[in-house]
Amino acid sequence: MTKAAATKAAATTVLSVRGLSVRFRMRGGRHIAAVTDVSFDLAAGECLALVGESGCGKSVLASALLGLLPGNAQTAGSAVLHGGGDPVDLLAADERTLARTVRGRRIGLVPQSPAAHLTPVRTVRAQLAETLRELTGTPRRELRAATEAAAERAAFPLGHLDRYPHELSGGLAQRAATALALVGDAPLLLADEPTTGLDRDLVDRTADELRRTADDGRALLMITHDLAAAERIADRVAVMYAGRVVELADATSYFGGSGPRHPYAQGLLEALPERAFTPVPGMPPELGDLPDGCAFAPRCERATGQCGTRPPFDGRVACHHLEEPGRA
Amino acid sequence: MLDLKNITAGYERGRPVVREVSLAVAPGEAVGLLGPSGCGKSTLARVAALLHRPDNGTVTLDGALVTEWRHRAPRAQRTTVGVVFQSPRLAADPRLRLREIVAEPLRATGRQIEVRERVDELADLVGLGGDLLNRRPHEVSDGQLQRACLARALVLRPRLLVCDEMTAMLDASTTAALVAAVERYRRETTASLLAVGHDRTLLERWCDRAAEWTELSG
Repeated sequence: MTKAAATKAAATTVLSVRGLSVRFRMRGGRHIAAVTDVSFDLAAGECLALVGESGCGKSVLASALLGLLPGNAQTAGSAVLHGGGDPVDLLAADERTLARTVRGRRIGLVPQSPAAHLTPVRTVRAQLAETLRELTGTPRRELRAATEAAAERAAFPLGHLDRYPHELSGGLAQRAATALALVGDAPLLLADEPTTGLDRDLVDRTADELRRTADDGRALLMITHDLAAAERIADRVAVMYAGRVVELADATSYFGGSGPRHPYAQGLLEALPERAFTPVPGMPPELGDLPDGCAFAPRCERATGQCGTRPPFDGRVACHHLEEPGRA
Repeated sequence: MLDLKNITAGYERGRPVVREVSLAVAPGEAVGLLGPSGCGKSTLARVAALLHRPDNGTVTLDGALVTEWRHRAPRAQRTTVGVVFQSPRLAADPRLRLREIVAEPLRATGRQIEVRERVDELADLVGLGGDLLNRRPHEVSDGQLQRACLARALVLRPRLLVCDEMTAMLDASTTAALVAAVERYRRETTASLLAVGHDRTLLERWCDRAAEWTELSG
């Protein structure tokens, strides 16, 4: 893509999320606040990495965008998908609309565990061909060529097309899943923990391949706890804690430059073995029993009485104590 | 502490996945074992943890030659080694509460009397606070369940801990917390460690030395 085209693409918003919340109704009238008041925009050609500890609500957010939440979930806010047709609010759309026009066609999903995502009893070729027929209506006589072209887009070797999923290595299974996600030429790609369990070389390769799909003009939302993968390919980083985005920053300033500003985001980064290798003290709070104020305060060394009220999110960071407090 | 000599091991006759590999871990030493997925390093870890009988080669544990594996291994030898696997979901009985998961090795060796004290001690070490110990695996996160699996591996005070990709599925903060718990245990007991993984940065930071899989075959 030329630079001019890239600039143009970057100006187009593909996904616009406003005040997205997800609650799960539990037995005994309890509620689990899995996602609370999340807002962000995602443009074509851009990669946003959503990072946080396990159980912070990242994957629930992905399920909400795909309309795949279980029956006891209640949502609020909006998530408007602009790319690939008329704007549609993913939270309000009915199942028929989502199934026939959104999933696969306007949002491609790169799954967490490709080996479990692929149909075990059919070859990669058969699965790609079926997806092509369903999503693009490719006529039978052109299917073979189109299948191979689809495989090549995700750098899946043609010699392995007639293999079954269990005959593929982790890396190749990942590419097969990516190829399937790219078939519908969706303007938005959603990658849910795409690198979990892969070794470092494969993480790098998978991440680079995802980056390439973004460079081709797609918007990429990567949900991950792998900060190294995020650093490698993300343009922006959203840090989630207890269901809320607590910091939204440019990747360059987050990983290098000025570094993260929220104490939790700092702690998460400092936990890396190439940095301080010290954990954030304590454990994430229960999403069914969140404090009224800042949810991070019980683990935060900067916490004061002020943290009993929730710090507002100003579009970049949500914290009362951005500067180190003068210790008395 | 542990001496693996010319180990050849596999799952099918004539198709070894580990060939002629040697590795030694000195008393109190922490050794990292680095290799890509599928190279056979987990199989070697299973041999070291007395969970898989090698086709060839010798295993010496604490000066004694290992002649039996799995349930046939003498109890004294079996309890010398603690092991933590990559996926806590596959390594924990879904019917048990975390407290029972951690206490299981004590029950299995007839040391029920120590359960209460020892489980509380370990819950503190691995950071399992609140009512987490009373929950079942489906009610906790991967990170919390892995903390319980680490506690279970330490409950009999092993002198060698084998960690097979213990943190591969976990986020940075949980990884650092689990490694810190292992190191605290090792400081208190001078136990040895064999940590298997593919993350060079992690193993070089964590261990006294990191051995490269390709350099072990001889």
